Amino acid sequence: MDTKVVKSACETCGHFNADGLKKLGIKTDNFDFVVALAGNPNTGKSTVFNALTGLRQHTGNWPGKTVTRAEGGFQYNEQKYKLVDLPGTYSLLSTSTDEEVARDFLLFGRPDVTVIVADANRLERNLNLVLQILEITDKAVLCLNLMDEAKRNNIVIEKRTLARDLGIPVVATSARYNEGIPELIQTISEVANGTIVCKPHRIKNVPSNIEKAVKKLSAEIEKEFPGISNSRWIAFRLLEGDSQIIEALKTGELV
Amino acid sequence: MTKKNIEHIIELSNELRWQIGDDFHDNLTEGIYADAANIVKDSVHTEKGEKRFRLDSKIDKIVTSKTFGFPIMFLILGVVLWLTIIGANYPSSMLANLLLDTIHPALKSGASSIGMPWWLDGFLIDGVYLAVAWVIAVMLPPMAIFFPLFTLLEDFGYLPRVAFNLDNLFKKSGAHGKQALTMSMGFGCNAAGVVATRIIDSPRERLIAIITNNFSLCNGRWPTQILIATIFIGAVVPSSFSSVAALLSVIGIAVLGMAFMFLTSWALSKTVLKGEVSTFNLELPPYRPPRFWKTLYTSLIDRTLIVLWRAIVFAAPAGAVIWLISNIFIGDVSIAVWLIDSFDGFGWLLGLNGVILLAYIVAIPANEIVIPTILMLTVMATGISGGEGAGVMFELDSMDATADILKAGGWTLLTAINLMLFSLLHNPCSTTIYTIYKETKSTKWTVVASVLPVILGFIVTFLVAQIWRLF
Repeated sequence: MDTKVVKSACETCGHFNADGLKKLGIKTDNFDFVVALAGNPNTGKSTVFNALTGLRQHTGNWPGKTVTRAEGGFQYNEQKYKLVDLPGTYSLLSTSTDEEVARDFLLFGRPDVTVIVADANRLERNLNLVLQILEITDKAVLCLNLMDEAKRNNIVIEKRTLARDLGIPVVATSARYNEGIPELIQTISEVANGTIVCKPHRIKNVPSNIEKAVKKLSAEIEKEFPGISNSRWIAFRLLEGDSQIIEALKTGELV
Repeated sequence: MTKKNIEHIIELSNELRWQIGDDFHDNLTEGIYADAANIVKDSVHTEKGEKRFRLDSKIDKIVTSKTFGFPIMFLILGVVLWLTIIGANYPSSMLANLLLDTIHPALKSGASSIGMPWWLDGFLIDGVYLAVAWVIAVMLPPMAIFFPLFTLLEDFGYLPRVAFNLDNLFKKSGAHGKQALTMSMGFGCNAAGVVATRIIDSPRERLIAIITNNFSLCNGRWPTQILIATIFIGAVVPSSFSSVAALLSVIGIAVLGMAFMFLTSWALSKTVLKGEVSTFNLELPPYRPPRFWKTLYTSLIDRTLIVLWRAIVFAAPAGAVIWLISNIFIGDVSIAVWLIDSFDGFGWLLGLNGVILLAYIVAIPANEIVIPTILMLTVMATGISGGEGAGVMFELDSMDATADILKAGGWTLLTAINLMLFSLLHNPCSTTIYTIYKETKSTKWTVVASVLPVILGFIVTFLVAQIWRLF
């Protein structure tokens, strides 16, 4: 299928599995899994998106470049994945339009896997969003992008420690140079198929009175909707008085 | 599940919210940041300081400084324009050679050999084909140079710095700072600039950005500016300075356009589009070495070809119209001559003439066919020899020949200056108008965006003409 005659060591290893990968561009019908691409602005989400789908969505070095939700697809080991590129946001706690688009998709679009793209150079700032997303979904992969720049900046990240602390797989990439993309695809498929089970980090440093309230409320929510994974996050939003979530709870959209 | 239980949950949450107090949001945010700091402490290490960050911030100190920020911006704009203008010359003339001097005669002789009637051959080959060929020859090379250069700057990370520099000016004029980005896009193509306004969240500020994008001198208008500036403005100064004078006058027009953009934004935000300026966080991303070939490829596919295709779609019918009005006669004059005569009076008031006004009406689909249309109509109206015949668009090979025709048509320095002004201040091309409609979904704002610049153009050229004639 490929025009390349000689296969590099990478291509023959299980991680790459080039024979199993087919970039589907915009053909996204009959997919088996939905994968959301979230992250802070300017972390290279669109570049990761292009690397996965073979599309050439315009990328640019300024925040807020993705103006519409882009969709694409790829096929890996006979399974079809639909990929949704969400607008970049710093948080999901306020109410601007772009944040709403991203949050609504994570909540109501219920992706099978959420790939959170983070800038390896600014991990601490990026974790703000990562930790919020981990309250919403429990099937996630952290894509530590811009590793080439991090290397130049002499930043070393212990992927294992990070993965253990966050409770989700961590893949280091330099999407501009296609580095780490095969590993990312492999990890996405393992999370989607349940080979990797995530135990996402839950926000810990909350004052005890709030923690108590959250526990009480989320227990009630779990009683009402058994098996719900993001009861804590719903509790956070209810305590905040988020009218949209209250509405969604009433109409049953959340479950 | 029952409604009752859900009501219970909501009631409970109201009660708990009361108990935990106002600080919930802040406490939660602090909690998240504390968690993040803990995690980072364990897994991220920095070796040997953060050298590159310091280099980045050093560059930022210079390019966003109060003293050097603007000069550097204009310098970069100047270099990009200069490369576009100079670089586009050769491929443009090669394309013109191929499409106009080789293929066109071949099509003509082919048509006559199969016995095509003269009107069909004229309509299709002299009308539709020539208009399309013109747009490709004139528009493709500058776009193929400008868009990649622009995208390289974008990839490098310079655009957010431009937005940062201009933010204050935009804020003073009641517009969004991100309009700086869409304005820069407009220098390439107004239609692309209008689409780019999607990055502006507030509908009010987005409308301002859409309406005023036309004041960014687009690629289709640069050739007109350059040609007229070279022939008339270059001629008033000693010949050794003529090209500098021409380039400066063109940049002057572009800067004047920016002034009009701020002025109109300000006027709109004080009248029909009143409102608060929204604040936004602008992250200055790190500088990144652009990936040259990839950028070249994507900007050619994404921007150049799409914009070119839309221009062709609109240019083809325009070519047909030009041919038709020059070849359909009412009594003993063609429609074109009749229209030119009736526009002449109004044109004189504006320091222009009937030919120019008619050319601008015919050339609504694409600004790049303005100059060829003007030449063709001038030749026809003055009856001087030269050119290729009624309704056939052409551009003369030497600038002297062009100048001779224009001077025979009664052109003066005033006509030239006002044409440059009118080229800046007139309705957007139909591609842009269509895009504005698609983006705003509003007939009203599409009409405002289309008519407002023409009215400004009439006022400005009228004033310039009256003042000029006083002396």
